[in-house]
Amino acid sequence: MTPEAPATVAGALELHLRARRDAGHKLLVPYVTAGLRHDWLQVVQAVVAAGADAVEIGIPFSDPMIDGPVIQAASLEALRRGTTPDGVVAELSAVEVSVPLCVMTYYNLVFRAGHRRFARSLASSGVAGAIVPDLPLEEAVAWCAEADEAGVATVMLVAPSTSSPRATLICRRSRGFVYGVGRMGVTGERQSLARSARDVARRLRTVTDLPVCIGIGVSTAEQAAEVCTEADGVVIGSALVRRLLQGAGPDEAAEFVGGVRRRLDSLAG
Amino acid sequence: MSGSLMGSPDPGGRFGDFGGRFVPESLVPACQELEAAFTEAWAHRAFRAELREVLHHYGGRPTPVTECHRLSEQLGIRLLLKREDLAHTGSHKLNNVIGQALLARRMGKSRLVAETGAGQHGVAAATAAALFGMECVVFMGEIDTVRQALNVFRMELLGARVQPVASGSRTLKDAVNEALRYWVAEVDTTHYCIGSVMGPHPYPWIVRELQRVVGEEARGQCRELLDGGDPDWVVACVGGGSNAAGTFAGFVDTDSALVGVEAAGGSAMGHGVPGVVHGMKSYLMQDEAGQIREAESISAGLDYPGIGPEHAHLATIGRARYAQAGDDEVLEAFQLLSRTEGIIPALEPAHALAWVIRQAGTEIPRGASVLLTLSGRGDKDVAQVRDLLSQGPPS
Repeated sequence: MTPEAPATVAGALELHLRARRDAGHKLLVPYVTAGLRHDWLQVVQAVVAAGADAVEIGIPFSDPMIDGPVIQAASLEALRRGTTPDGVVAELSAVEVSVPLCVMTYYNLVFRAGHRRFARSLASSGVAGAIVPDLPLEEAVAWCAEADEAGVATVMLVAPSTSSPRATLICRRSRGFVYGVGRMGVTGERQSLARSARDVARRLRTVTDLPVCIGIGVSTAEQAAEVCTEADGVVIGSALVRRLLQGAGPDEAAEFVGGVRRRLDSLAG
Repeated sequence: MSGSLMGSPDPGGRFGDFGGRFVPESLVPACQELEAAFTEAWAHRAFRAELREVLHHYGGRPTPVTECHRLSEQLGIRLLLKREDLAHTGSHKLNNVIGQALLARRMGKSRLVAETGAGQHGVAAATAAALFGMECVVFMGEIDTVRQALNVFRMELLGARVQPVASGSRTLKDAVNEALRYWVAEVDTTHYCIGSVMGPHPYPWIVRELQRVVGEEARGQCRELLDGGDPDWVVACVGGGSNAAGTFAGFVDTDSALVGVEAAGGSAMGHGVPGVVHGMKSYLMQDEAGQIREAESISAGLDYPGIGPEHAHLATIGRARYAQAGDDEVLEAFQLLSRTEGIIPALEPAHALAWVIRQAGTEIPRGASVLLTLSGRGDKDVAQVRDLLSQGPPS
């Protein structure tokens, strides 16, 4: 096996997103907290039907350090309902969707499960990627090796505070896409898009050819359109999860995501 | 110093397998900047001289070592207390915050953000901010703001803004999460003044170095009292473990046995397994899946599900051991020291004392010398202890 082989296998997420991007689409990646509602998998299917290009599945953690009040509340509610990492992965293996799924969780759950076991369980459930926001470049080596081996794309984050030389190194290590952090702060809805969101996207364009999606502080169709003048796509979390916390089901989730989809399509067209 | 026990961590911020820097990318540059600033400042004679001056003229250092004659006789050992309760603000916490405030000023940051459990670190941070004319925001679990209402008022008197934390278990671990979240958003103007030997690299190293003064003073003072010898036992309480780390740093290269005493309900070494939270790899109380458990003891200052990574390393290599003390024996120790020595200890070091009382004459042989760091005074705890004692007799 050549050293390149795992990267080729890990390319499912990247290939899919690249193909969409190269076809002139802006990428839309909604975030759904696993286990938040009994019908959360239907929510996932609904947002895919509404035009998501990939879905980020949040595996809830007790101490979500980079998350604001909405995702915190969703995480605690999902935990209260008995959600576990193994349970989420098992449920995902049973679901049929037409776009790649990417889990987002905190490192302790990965560490506790064991790198190899976690990576393999994701792969065997058909999960294409993983985002572990508290695992920065220097700490990611051991996990990335196992994820590469299993064919799971580890999506790395670049922040407004990241220097350009460091951003280059992070992009080199990122698989699937590069997650640009739109603002200095935690996840959550904001009245307006931070200037840093477009700045990060513009900076990333000069250092990588991977798809660049911006998340954190992108809450509305308008903000998504604004950031997509520079970025390839957006991750939308809190704005969707807040609706779910307020009782929205698959239909309302699809309506919201569909609205963002149409706005992005109008931009690309 | 690098490579030696309780010297510098490795370049990745590890003490053996523990430590590291598990933070979101947004915070990595700030941690790197802090590491560079501390490395530079700590090698600078003028920085250390200023710190020493402030701790002397303002903080009341050096604090004495007191020999407990009556309690020693009762226990059949020779008990010495390092009196951090006599430092300004009533605990060892001042050593750390003065150092970090000087560092923040050097880095051009005008605001301190801190987490607090019992309120000791919050009060110390608010004090340092007042002294240096800085802003101060303190995150404190909602439950702790009730348990330690007087300390909330103290911090406000000192000009700090106290922000109750309603997320998660509403105690110290959640206050750390909120302080980190705040720091991410305000990192340009704000220094995160962490209160213990925990968090991402370089914090466990910085805080231990700033608390090293406790152990270094004590070592010299013990030698005066013990005819040039070192104590047979060196004992300190451990939540995150800053007073223990500072104390141990002064004795790690001696033959003294080092013992950290955790609250039985907040015992990362006793009931935890390795994991990663709050930016560090260490022992943590957690469930099978890795969800962090809530700690529970009578002492808000020890209600932390983790422990500083260097303690995890010292335990792993066998240089220090970690024991536990339960609520009832802690209340007994709290009263015993008050009655026999006229010193009302904080509940946190009362844990260390409870262990010494339990082990005296058995594990600690008769006639052995014991240095115990009395990390804080008990004024903050007297109302709570009164209530606990009136609820029913543990004795």
